[in-house]
Amino acid sequence: MIELRELRKHYPIARGGWWSRSRSLLRAVDGVSFTLSQGESVGLVGESGSGKSTIGQLVLGLIAPTDGNIVYDGRPLPSGPAAVAALRGHAQVVFQDPYDALSPRQRVREIVTEPLRNLRRHHRAELEELAVRALERVGLHAHDLDKYPHQFSGGQRQRIGIARAISVRPRFIVLDEPVSALDVSIQAQVVNLLMDIRREQGIAYLFISHNLAVVEHSCDRIVVLYLGKVMEIIGTEQLHSAALHPYTRALVDAIPIPDPALGQTTAPLRGEIPDPANPPAGCRFSSRCPLATDLCRVAEPELREYHPGHWMACHRHAELPFSAPTA
Amino acid sequence: MTVTQETLIGGGQPSLLEVDGLSTHFRTTRGVLRAVDGVSLRVARGEILGIVGESGSGKSVLAQSIVRVLSPAQLALSQGSIRFDGIDLMGLDDEGLRALRGGRIAMVTQNPSTALNPVFQVRSQMLETWRFHPDRRRSGVDAESRMLELLAEVQLPAPERVARSYPFQLSGGMKQRVAIAMALMGEPDLLIADEPTTALDVTIQAQILELIRNVRRAHGTAVILITHDLGVVARLCDTVAVMYAGRIVEYNRTRPLFERPVHPYTQGLLGSNPVFGRRRSILTAMPGQPPDLLALPAGCAFAPRCGQAREQCRHEEPRISIGQDGFYHRCPVAAQSAEVESEDCRR
Repeated sequence: MIELRELRKHYPIARGGWWSRSRSLLRAVDGVSFTLSQGESVGLVGESGSGKSTIGQLVLGLIAPTDGNIVYDGRPLPSGPAAVAALRGHAQVVFQDPYDALSPRQRVREIVTEPLRNLRRHHRAELEELAVRALERVGLHAHDLDKYPHQFSGGQRQRIGIARAISVRPRFIVLDEPVSALDVSIQAQVVNLLMDIRREQGIAYLFISHNLAVVEHSCDRIVVLYLGKVMEIIGTEQLHSAALHPYTRALVDAIPIPDPALGQTTAPLRGEIPDPANPPAGCRFSSRCPLATDLCRVAEPELREYHPGHWMACHRHAELPFSAPTA
Repeated sequence: MTVTQETLIGGGQPSLLEVDGLSTHFRTTRGVLRAVDGVSLRVARGEILGIVGESGSGKSVLAQSIVRVLSPAQLALSQGSIRFDGIDLMGLDDEGLRALRGGRIAMVTQNPSTALNPVFQVRSQMLETWRFHPDRRRSGVDAESRMLELLAEVQLPAPERVARSYPFQLSGGMKQRVAIAMALMGEPDLLIADEPTTALDVTIQAQILELIRNVRRAHGTAVILITHDLGVVARLCDTVAVMYAGRIVEYNRTRPLFERPVHPYTQGLLGSNPVFGRRRSILTAMPGQPPDLLALPAGCAFAPRCGQAREQCRHEEPRISIGQDGFYHRCPVAAQSAEVESEDCRR
């Protein structure tokens, strides 16, 4: 349904201050390609500076790519306001912070019906009915329509955000860290709700998250990003049987598993995440990779499909150890 | 309810930190907010205690109450006893508290930027600790070399350069390392870390957790680690206290707590947490949401969300059940079923 082809987004940045006007480029997204099929849930995983949120904005047409393109239903997405128009009613978004994403001065009625009103297809009575239906689907009620966001808890606000997104019955939703700001007990409610909605309505999700456990639970495939580049694309089912990219391996090993019976974890990855404006030459991960060779530090590895559905950008793919069982 | 010292953990052996019946209530415009209510716990030397809970459970206020940094003006109630290495912290004056804080008791917060002064170099901030705590200096070591030693110990590359840096020149992970090194300047017996890795990326979080583990090993420092992440607790802590609505609902050693959680809230937390590598088709979410601390329900605060609640839970204060080893929980229903089980065994 959606295809990203060699997508790039570069931002010019000034370095050094006004006295030394050296300019350089921050390559937030640097040649990213993957697909999102009808009804599929794809996880976009990475740490700070990986470009995952930028990709979300690109897919929604909110920002224009520097290079490359997005193909939606076989047609390239136009740029600028035309992109937003082309996606109207098809694409929606749910943001991380339910406190920032909802206008404090709008009532729930206005918030939830906003995408519907933009379509200009419905009468007032229909709007009301669709809003109630969306609210009830997320576990809220018709009498919540006249309330303001501040009258709800964080978890309920996130439900309002989800109701707004599903009110137009979109074909895909970009979920940008939808549960990261929520407490564990509320997080589980929202994850379950999102999964149920997807099963019922066949909506595709682009699920952006830094939390591999949440993504493993909610997605069919995972795209692992590091400093604007795709390191690996892998089916969730393959995560525990395939040899993983050294960065994915490190991410997996860094997750603290809530089981005190498990022994000492492997040594954590050394070093800081490099400055995205000044990434290492060759493979972007080479400065922290335990397996990096001289080749990795000069030549950039190509993203290739080594097994059906399993893509990886690594010079050392042949020598990668099979993943140790994590649990 | 106050728990007497004898009944709690450790038997006759005094712990480094002994907190008994600690309550901290705030005065607000909407009434009295019971942020911490009747909390008792023990931390032995070199032990890592994890305090887990969700937003508003009182875990940070508990830490602030222990180091007594809350302004008395906003408190409606502050009672209980806190003994640190035999010293009664509740009876200590400001000067006495200042001598301990930053010295024998150090604190690391979630956001290292708030712990560091943006207009001073790392160096001058670290040396300040040394100046204020002459009793914590090691003989024959000067401040400068101790500082560089600690910056190297927390795995900062080029300690000299970091010492001359201003906080804005450092990444989040580096700032948290500096904050930990700064806490270690006073050779603390107790380090209180409030969500030290929550603001950091996973791979950096793993580094900081390893660092805390090494600090305990190298210095024998006891640690109170406040977190919402059950994985962090399992990997790092010896004992765990689970908080809900200002109270410790379950307190136990880490392994039995994860393997045989007794309180329904602990069970619920473990069930709703997605675990990597153990994918389930559905997470067992707890219904409802945490209560408003200004309008707590009668009886057990968790009862409205609890699948095992009985009539008594909705109006009776949950009785505390203390085990032989001094650990405890606050679920009378679980206590009753345990009694029935043990009677069955005797027959």
